[in-house]
Amino acid sequence: MKVSVNWLRDYLPIALPASELAEKISRTAVEVEGQYQPKGNMKKVVIAKVLSVVPHPDSDHLVITQLDAGEDEPIQVVTGAPNVAEGQTVVLAKHGSVIGDNKKIRKGKLRGELSNGMLAALQELGFEDKVAPKDFEDGIWVFNDIDAADLQPGEDALTVLGLDDDVLETGITPNRADLFSMNGTAWEVAAILSEEPTLPAFELNETDEQTSDVIEATAPAELASKYAVRVVKNVTVKDSPLWLQRRLWTMGIRPISNIVDITNYMLLMYGQPMHAFDLNALPEAEVHVRRAYDKEAIKTLDGVAREASADDIVIASGDEALMFAGVMGGESTEVTHETTDIVLEGAIFEPKSIRHTARDQSLHSEASMRFERGVNVEDTFTALDHAAALVAELADGQVTAGRVVAQDYSYEAPVVDVSVDRVNHVLGTTITAAEIAAVFDRLFFDYEKNDNVFSVTIPARRWDITIAADLIEEIARLYGFDNLPATLPTGETTPGKLTPKQQLVRASRHALEGLGLNQAISYVLTTPEKADRFKLHEGEPIQLDYPMSQDRQQTRSSLLTGLLDDVAYNVARKQTDVALYEQGRVFVSDGDLTKRPQEIEHLAGVLSGNITERTWVQKAQAADFYVLKGIVEQLLKNYDFVEPVHFVANTVRQDMHPGRTADIYVGNTLIGFVGQIHPMTAKEYRINETFAFELNLDEIIALPKHQGRYEAISRYPAVSRDLAILVDRDVPASRIEEAIQQAGGKYLHDIVIFDVYTGGNVPSDMKSVAFGLTFINAEQTMLDEETNQTVDHIAGALAEQFGAEIR
Amino acid sequence: MSLQDELTTLLDEALVQINDAADVKALNQVRVHWLGKKGPLTEVLRGMKNLSPEERPVVGALANEVRDALTTAISERQTHLELIALDAQLASETIDVTLPGRSVKQGQPHVLQQIIENLEDQFIGMGYQVIEGPEVEEDQYNFERMNLPKDHPARDMQDTFYITPEILMRTQTSPVQARTMEAHDFNQGPLKMVSPGRVYRRDTDDATHSHQFHQMEGLVIDKHITMGDLKGTLLAVAHNLFGEAHDIRLRPSYFPFTEPSVEVDISWNAVTPDMNPEDIEWIEVLGAGMVHPNVLRKSGIDPEVYGGFAFGLGPDRFAMLKYGVEDIRNFYLNDVRFLTQFDQKG
Repeated sequence: MKVSVNWLRDYLPIALPASELAEKISRTAVEVEGQYQPKGNMKKVVIAKVLSVVPHPDSDHLVITQLDAGEDEPIQVVTGAPNVAEGQTVVLAKHGSVIGDNKKIRKGKLRGELSNGMLAALQELGFEDKVAPKDFEDGIWVFNDIDAADLQPGEDALTVLGLDDDVLETGITPNRADLFSMNGTAWEVAAILSEEPTLPAFELNETDEQTSDVIEATAPAELASKYAVRVVKNVTVKDSPLWLQRRLWTMGIRPISNIVDITNYMLLMYGQPMHAFDLNALPEAEVHVRRAYDKEAIKTLDGVAREASADDIVIASGDEALMFAGVMGGESTEVTHETTDIVLEGAIFEPKSIRHTARDQSLHSEASMRFERGVNVEDTFTALDHAAALVAELADGQVTAGRVVAQDYSYEAPVVDVSVDRVNHVLGTTITAAEIAAVFDRLFFDYEKNDNVFSVTIPARRWDITIAADLIEEIARLYGFDNLPATLPTGETTPGKLTPKQQLVRASRHALEGLGLNQAISYVLTTPEKADRFKLHEGEPIQLDYPMSQDRQQTRSSLLTGLLDDVAYNVARKQTDVALYEQGRVFVSDGDLTKRPQEIEHLAGVLSGNITERTWVQKAQAADFYVLKGIVEQLLKNYDFVEPVHFVANTVRQDMHPGRTADIYVGNTLIGFVGQIHPMTAKEYRINETFAFELNLDEIIALPKHQGRYEAISRYPAVSRDLAILVDRDVPASRIEEAIQQAGGKYLHDIVIFDVYTGGNVPSDMKSVAFGLTFINAEQTMLDEETNQTVDHIAGALAEQFGAEIR
Repeated sequence: MSLQDELTTLLDEALVQINDAADVKALNQVRVHWLGKKGPLTEVLRGMKNLSPEERPVVGALANEVRDALTTAISERQTHLELIALDAQLASETIDVTLPGRSVKQGQPHVLQQIIENLEDQFIGMGYQVIEGPEVEEDQYNFERMNLPKDHPARDMQDTFYITPEILMRTQTSPVQARTMEAHDFNQGPLKMVSPGRVYRRDTDDATHSHQFHQMEGLVIDKHITMGDLKGTLLAVAHNLFGEAHDIRLRPSYFPFTEPSVEVDISWNAVTPDMNPEDIEWIEVLGAGMVHPNVLRKSGIDPEVYGGFAFGLGPDRFAMLKYGVEDIRNFYLNDVRFLTQFDQKG
């Protein structure tokens, strides 16, 4: 909320500079998000009286004015203001002045006539359109006659308009809604400065006529815990005096007319929203509070025809809903310049309904915001009386006798106990009872102290305080957080460590980084189309109920979908060499939206472009399937699974190249896939040839792994043999390897494929594959003869199984 | 000339030739010439049969001396020549060591990951567990159990991606507090945990807002945990991330799940004891407080017996501050030129 420091001075003396006050409020109560003087660096803007207005000889829209600005000679100013007239008191920005937006005003000639300054509208003095009382198009600012009588030509207009006030913008947290009023703010500032605030006083004079003879009012307690109306007759609706307008615009509220301004003034002063109806526009001489009928029509003050729902509270008269209670008034009973008698309403409406209406109708008003967060129940009727008194004073009305009270919840001040020991137990301090008492005194909380326990009576103005912890917060902030010690928890110690799962996730990340991939963190939410891609699990993505944008509306089913977005982002920026991995969750719903989806930890990576750049010593190496597969193989080797890892060609995996994709199994468990992104998919993502893998990390974590395994190094030398064969082109290498493994006997230790060759003198439907075989016998040296026999045996098996021909 | 004289002359001549040998091959020829079966030394020895029995041992000894001297001289010369040859070979093998090496690529952890891991390690050192929670949460845990009933005005502080009225993308890591508290057995000791993870807000992405960002929740519950302990713990975090010279300060704030609640500022500049307080630039970095009794109660913990503190900090914000990253979207767009700038510095 904007807080006028000048207004605060009505309550208590403030000697310290606004910046220091702001700092104290920030450190003790709520953050002061801004602090400024509205005048900024404006200067040399003065009050002037218009002595004469004559037409400009050379223009049909300009006029030449002579102004008394308190100087020896009149000042001539040429203006295009449509509303300027002789006798007015106006605002003059003199030659050499600075006005809003840092605009400098210099004398000059306008179509040949000298102009020594500019007559200003409030918008030209930094007022926002929504705050300035008059539209800019209507012309310059003109003081009304009553206010003008008090003004001297040449007086500083910035002071007259209140622009030299200090304004603090408080960022009010939901618990401190008491600070949405000047009264509440004054109590708080008083506590901070150890002062006592003087609250506003008023005198209310009533006529003999009983209000209850003029109007009736009813309100059920569940909709309005307090509800009362007053009537003021024979009012004159006109502009408010300058002092009131100044208060409102300084606080960011646009002055409208005296009646509306008074209700807003009360809202700012007490935090109590208030409404004024035109009495004679009511369908019946009564108002009542009720739920709206479904689809009931209400035209609100902003001119919008709206439809209420049964969750809204309305004020009705007869059978007509007049307004959304506590949110916005209705056009049919609006106070206008023709209004003579008004009904003032002071009430407290049920917060949840107000919140509902404000959201449903997108009508977040100053009133609804306060009703949602709470108001001081002891001020509701005081504010109503105060408003009536002001209407009598500023609109020359007569207040009828008494309030008509439809509902009056009476406040019973809660008593909250807190002990000195408890305070120190929670804060870690050694605060004394006297220091605690001093805090409650500053807050003007009544308390009794028995032994070490304070029983504190909570005033209605601090409805946020209900339990001991709340009082401890009051003590902590006023005692000063700076005075708290900085310690570490004592007591029983606990071992801190990562779980085996967390260790494995970390190790996986570190392994992939060691293998050359950079970690990416991509967006989880994506388009429905992308959310469904590269699925490794049965199930569906989940859809947000009310997404913010088309691009972010469903949860991902794979990490690859986000990684490809990352590749595309880089490619679009001419970064075509991309090596990324991501670790994170994918979301799988079984369609039952009443429960959370499964969240499965995944690990995925992409390679696109070159994996090493061209240098003097090497050619650029392009990423290919086998580079990425090598990375995946090394990663999987690190896990040391009990069961073997194998790769199986999958020609139908979604979004993957049918000839260049392998599913990855550990034993019989599918843990993921590796391959090339399908060229069609790559095209959709606008990326180049890209290779990718996606692994189910949760599955990897769950699979059995060797624990503490060690194999002694053989003391006998290994023996190597090469074996080259010709086989049908379609026989997968993995099958030949398996066959070699089976036929190789117990001493076959390792198989390396060191050459695969097609073309040349190899028949076109055949390929040549060369294996390097290593044999180790841990007990004794392998004999050549023994090794040769084994190799012959292997060759025989390959010939039999694949028709392989030994080369 | 006596055999003795012949041997002496032979030694002198041979030594000259050994020292003149220019390479190993020439030296080998010298060796064969002088020490070979048909060489002069053998010749001299052959003449010994004509000597008297008295002279024979004397000349024999001298002959052996000469042979040993020559052998030694050849060996030394050989070593010398080999060293020269090696030097020459090494000189011929010289390369330009200032040329860059072959490129070997290593990837890097994401800067946010670095900050998270750094904090995890610090808290593990202080006896905390690292606990993860679901990203798609129940309203129950995300709000209700954190003392934020439906229609609570504080729900406006966090615009939420709902999936159904009861299921949502978590807006904070705080629900992990509730999940951990309800599962914790205080017979096993106090509860100390941090919970890093992704959170989501219904925000339009711009330089300072992201619909997806990270938080790290912290929670300590025991029989006697004070706000001083909270302050000391957060001071330790500030020192770890920004350096020992940085200070923190607490300001009042509001979170439904803590009471008292504070915002925590870290000094942007290093603080010295003689410094004017106005010269310290404070930056808001996290929210914290003493766990609200309602939150404890809702998780089945007696607030009369147990209490503690909680905090929630933002790795994204920390990274932005620490490195001067101006646009939060950088963290999620994964431009390789961005990612590769943070080589294990977090």
